[in-house]
Amino acid sequence: MSKPVLRVQDLAVTFTSFTGGWLQRHERQLRAVDGISFELHAGETLGIVGESGSGKSTLARGILGLIKPGRGRVMWNGEELNCLNEEELRQKRKELQIVFQDPVASLNPRMTAGDIISEPLWTFYPNMERLQVEERTRGMMKVVGLLPNQINRYPHEFSGGQCQRIGIARSLVLNPKLLICDEPVSALDVSIQAQIINLLKDLQKKLGLALIFIAHDLSVVRHISDRVMVMYMGQAMEVSNKTNLYRRPLHPYTNALMKSVAVPDPKLAAAMRKESWLTGDMPSPYQRPKGCIFHDRCPFKVKRCEADVPALRRMEDGDWVACHRAEELDLSIEVPASG
Amino acid sequence: MALLSVSNLEVEFKTAEGVVKAVNGMTFDVHEGETLAIVGESGAGKSQLVLSFMGLLAENGRVAGTALFHGNDLLQMKPKELNKIRGRHIAMIFQDPMTSLNPFLTIEKQMMEVVMHHQGLSRDEARSHAVEMLRAVRIPDPEERIKQYPHEYSGGMRQRVMIAIGLLCEPELLIADEPSTALDVTIQAQISELVSELRKETKMSLVLITHDLSAVAEIADRIIVMYAGEAIETGTVDEIFYSPQHPYTRGLIASVPRLDRVSDDELQAIPGNPPNLLALPEGCSFRDRCSEATEQCYQRPPLWRAGSGRTSRCFQGIEGGEIVAEPTGEGEE
Repeated sequence: MSKPVLRVQDLAVTFTSFTGGWLQRHERQLRAVDGISFELHAGETLGIVGESGSGKSTLARGILGLIKPGRGRVMWNGEELNCLNEEELRQKRKELQIVFQDPVASLNPRMTAGDIISEPLWTFYPNMERLQVEERTRGMMKVVGLLPNQINRYPHEFSGGQCQRIGIARSLVLNPKLLICDEPVSALDVSIQAQIINLLKDLQKKLGLALIFIAHDLSVVRHISDRVMVMYMGQAMEVSNKTNLYRRPLHPYTNALMKSVAVPDPKLAAAMRKESWLTGDMPSPYQRPKGCIFHDRCPFKVKRCEADVPALRRMEDGDWVACHRAEELDLSIEVPASG
Repeated sequence: MALLSVSNLEVEFKTAEGVVKAVNGMTFDVHEGETLAIVGESGAGKSQLVLSFMGLLAENGRVAGTALFHGNDLLQMKPKELNKIRGRHIAMIFQDPMTSLNPFLTIEKQMMEVVMHHQGLSRDEARSHAVEMLRAVRIPDPEERIKQYPHEYSGGMRQRVMIAIGLLCEPELLIADEPSTALDVTIQAQISELVSELRKETKMSLVLITHDLSAVAEIADRIIVMYAGEAIETGTVDEIFYSPQHPYTRGLIASVPRLDRVSDDELQAIPGNPPNLLALPEGCSFRDRCSEATEQCYQRPPLWRAGSGRTSRCFQGIEGGEIVAEPTGEGEE
């Protein structure tokens, strides 16, 4: 097998905050990302799934160096990104791009679509011919399914889905090798989400991109990923091949996420609701449970889960899981016959 | 008699580019104890529809038609009269639980204010009523948590507080505008379970607004599908999901990513974008995004009703139905 383009090793991001007045100042540590490791090959898609506050976006920013990681290494084509100086890292960003969640808020309302898409070109290739830039911009608009004659329109003249296409065009205009999509569809209508997912899937195939796709909904990730990582409170609970994950999740948390997905079928929805069991909220990140971090919400917990931290370990078929009881639990998802 | 009876409701906005017709002749009833879902994409007019009869339209908005609540027209009421109904008899929950709570006031204060104003309870009565309501929406340790501020609550808990505030005066009608869209799937599932349980305990009617058909599959009794300010299909939940008439409804159902299907082929999107209300296509407003459109669709389809009471605004299936409203010709300019 080819060498991975991206290798993340034991990445951790910690935020420090202060509470109390200045006389009684207390320092608090929030471990947003806590020891994440994975590899990604060219042309491969890794889906990252988890609830809000699980550290998905912080992980993305940590990989790109937009937040300084506290620990761990990010290797890009064998080069360690955290060792680069600012200018070297800036040059590397041509290859590493990101699409953000809120399609409207991430575009400058006072710039036209053309300005927005061509800005990375001006930044990295200031000597490029104006005509060439415009040609490339129009070409990019076509690629993402916008009409090139909309080049002089402003973001407010586009719908949410079209704005996200502009965001994607802006990230792709430099021909990146890695694209990170941070919840690119969760702010869009369901009917439009499918358009954007299909677009990303097509583009990846055409351009051979390595793709990291972040979402809170397992059903969205399914259609685009090769492997899926499930995160909870900054840690990886499971990293599995897509087919295995959706048929037989290894971690109880993955099972819970799958059972909370809504289905457009009243009878099936009622049947699934009876089976969904995840209650309560994620614990406060300042008071991490001892032992397995998921144990206080897990119906399968045993004595051991309250004391020992389960390591992320490799199972027979190459999938990874952090659960003491992974071998004995059968969490297979039955597909009930619909309607 | 229906609890709320809306007929020929129209909402227009005067904008710099011209008059935008956000809601174009909506007619429907909400019955006692019923859950009605209004489904459509952004810009379909679903939020403006309910804001109009709650008296919450923006300054440049105009409303016409009638909205009878217990036989009294909400649209003709003065703000003073409306204030006696809003919060007391009709409560509303908004999409974003973060921005709909006041960050400077404790949850206690925000909850007590409602009952003290509407029901004239004393402070102590109001407080114990509020605590009880928090317990009903499953906030753990409500006596303590009620003293906290909104930022000390998680997103899902804030939405529970919003629901609790909505329910404080035991309204006859609760309107929820995308109550779970801003939340995680796990919390969405919890909120919809909570809502359907609470509904069983009270006789309250519920109007749910959403862009995601799957979010209402389990809770709704009836569904109205809106497109470009019009109801393009209405029916019971089973009719809409198991035998959708309108191509748009079928598109909405097909575009939901599914976990319960073995295949993971390409997702079926509805092509194109939500319509620009200032430049609707001639004829059927969905025509330019519809894969089944024919020559006939250059004319506006009438609204027709099948025997069971379901309606559709499409030439498909029209032979079996009775025409209830001839095309109005509006929206063609």
